[in-house]
Amino acid sequence: MATDKPLTKNIEEGRAPFNFKKYTAAGGYESVHKVVKMEPTDAVELVKNAGLGGRGGAGFNTGLKWSFVPPPDGGPRYLVINADEMEPGTFKDRLLIENDPHLLIEGMITTCFALQSNCGYIFLRGEYTDCEERLLKAIKEAYDNGMLGKNVAGKKGFDLDIYLHTSAGRYICGEETALLNALEGKRANPRAKPPFPQVSGLWGRPTVVNNVETICNIPGIVTHGVEWYQALGKGDYVGTRISGVSGRVNKPGCWEVPVGITFRELLEDYAGGMQDGYELKAFLPGGGSTDFLIPEHLDLPMDPGLVQKAGSRLGTSLIMVLDDKTCPVGCIRNLIKFFAHESCGWCTPCRDGLPWVEHILNNMEEGKGSLKDIEILDEMTRYMGPGNTFCALAPGAVEPLQSGLKYFMGEFEAHINHGCSYN
Amino acid sequence: MNNIIASTVVKARELTAEEIKEIEHEKTHYPYTQAVGLEALKIVQKYQGWVSDESLLAVAKYLEIAPDELEGVATFFNMIFRRPVGKHVILLCDSVACWMLGCDSLQGHITKNLGIEYGETTKDDMFTLLPVPCLGACDKSPVMMIGRETYTHLTAEKIDQAIAHYRDGTPVDQDLE
Repeated sequence: MATDKPLTKNIEEGRAPFNFKKYTAAGGYESVHKVVKMEPTDAVELVKNAGLGGRGGAGFNTGLKWSFVPPPDGGPRYLVINADEMEPGTFKDRLLIENDPHLLIEGMITTCFALQSNCGYIFLRGEYTDCEERLLKAIKEAYDNGMLGKNVAGKKGFDLDIYLHTSAGRYICGEETALLNALEGKRANPRAKPPFPQVSGLWGRPTVVNNVETICNIPGIVTHGVEWYQALGKGDYVGTRISGVSGRVNKPGCWEVPVGITFRELLEDYAGGMQDGYELKAFLPGGGSTDFLIPEHLDLPMDPGLVQKAGSRLGTSLIMVLDDKTCPVGCIRNLIKFFAHESCGWCTPCRDGLPWVEHILNNMEEGKGSLKDIEILDEMTRYMGPGNTFCALAPGAVEPLQSGLKYFMGEFEAHINHGCSYN
Repeated sequence: MNNIIASTVVKARELTAEEIKEIEHEKTHYPYTQAVGLEALKIVQKYQGWVSDESLLAVAKYLEIAPDELEGVATFFNMIFRRPVGKHVILLCDSVACWMLGCDSLQGHITKNLGIEYGETTKDDMFTLLPVPCLGACDKSPVMMIGRETYTHLTAEKIDQAIAHYRDGTPVDQDLE
């Protein structure tokens, strides 16, 4: 029987990841043997029909993204894996790479066949040193066993190389066009879109940039089919995903869950609820660049559309809880400090706006704010909002601020009068 | 501060055989040498501890990249050190999950014990303390790295133990890492 946990079936806490032999014995690399017997365009269609949404945060249909790559013209085409996990509160790709590196490699091989690409890069954040070592080992094993190099899996003419690139910091590298600049050896400023990377990406060639978890879904979908994949979700939802919780809960962590469970199920059934003595005040549903939600939203299914209606984004689906003993203004200040530091400085609203907001929040922390500051903060959320900046960094950065102003206005006002009263 | 492009004093040093070997290996991964720039800076930093002007010029020359372009890359990435750092770099995560669980007081502890603020190096050149954005281990907050090792569920005692380990080889408890 096919597994109901395709992403984590090989993961066992405290055990070293499977090597090639064990991974293959557990059904690994099946999707490669299967896909090489298909027409590449049929493989793209299969993934499109499965309804897999990208797991980097935007949630766009993966197969549809692939279908925008123009037909082969004889030149290189690239698959680039975004493993630059730096969104505050996000730690899922680390789990997948550290514990089952072959799953990512298998997903990349199968994807490259579908995209008719002969070259894949993994863009890994430099701080993930265990991931680096394990990936290098897995890639070597894949070459040694005929899964990479010439005639992959015995398929005549399917040649594939996969390279690991380790980065050296900077959140902006997670933005797909900035990532491509970084990979080309340039400063990681974002590029204008269009053209989109599928048409003109790495070195001006057709390129698909996908998140680690997205690609880890591909082996299961190709091996077991669309029907199996769609049945994994709860109700009408399709597939599984890695969701998690951090903050003052009893069992912080991340788990493979059926798509469509509610925030409450994740928080209570998986994370064991709030720690004694702490109450849930609010939560960021999918990383530091998503709007706060409050306890009344707990029974929402973790669905991008419904979360958007509630005024936020599902993002990476790793939630961060804000408890009643932690200062919400301080929490927002910390997030803004992060984004101000990580702005690439390319466009003005972000480069100047975020440090300004940080400055105002620092003043408030010390009781040096004024009522006018709240007006300025409110204005800044629009000044840095969608459409005014080159990429999504600043619009994301102001999401916790704009929802913070909505839900915690009393706390902001109290800071103006007395400074921070939390310890 | 640095204006190495205009400098007539600073000259490229010779890259070592090990550095060249590793840079050559990276070159096989990319169709253009510019793409090797960051990896080459990391290789130099691995051997030299940091990227001096002389090293930067050496890499630029070796890869035939304009020095100012490579400097633009070197200064963009926070894990490339353009100033000397201690033998061990302590990267303390100061992002939101670690902040909620007390990274500021842990920083205070390190500062008190080692006598260094963020961005400073101990007098004996053993440790440099730097803040680092979210290390992606928020379920095990607070976290830090020393060199290539990640330390989770930090307490003041665990930090002391880890620092002692790097100072004089005192073994670290298994559950620390």
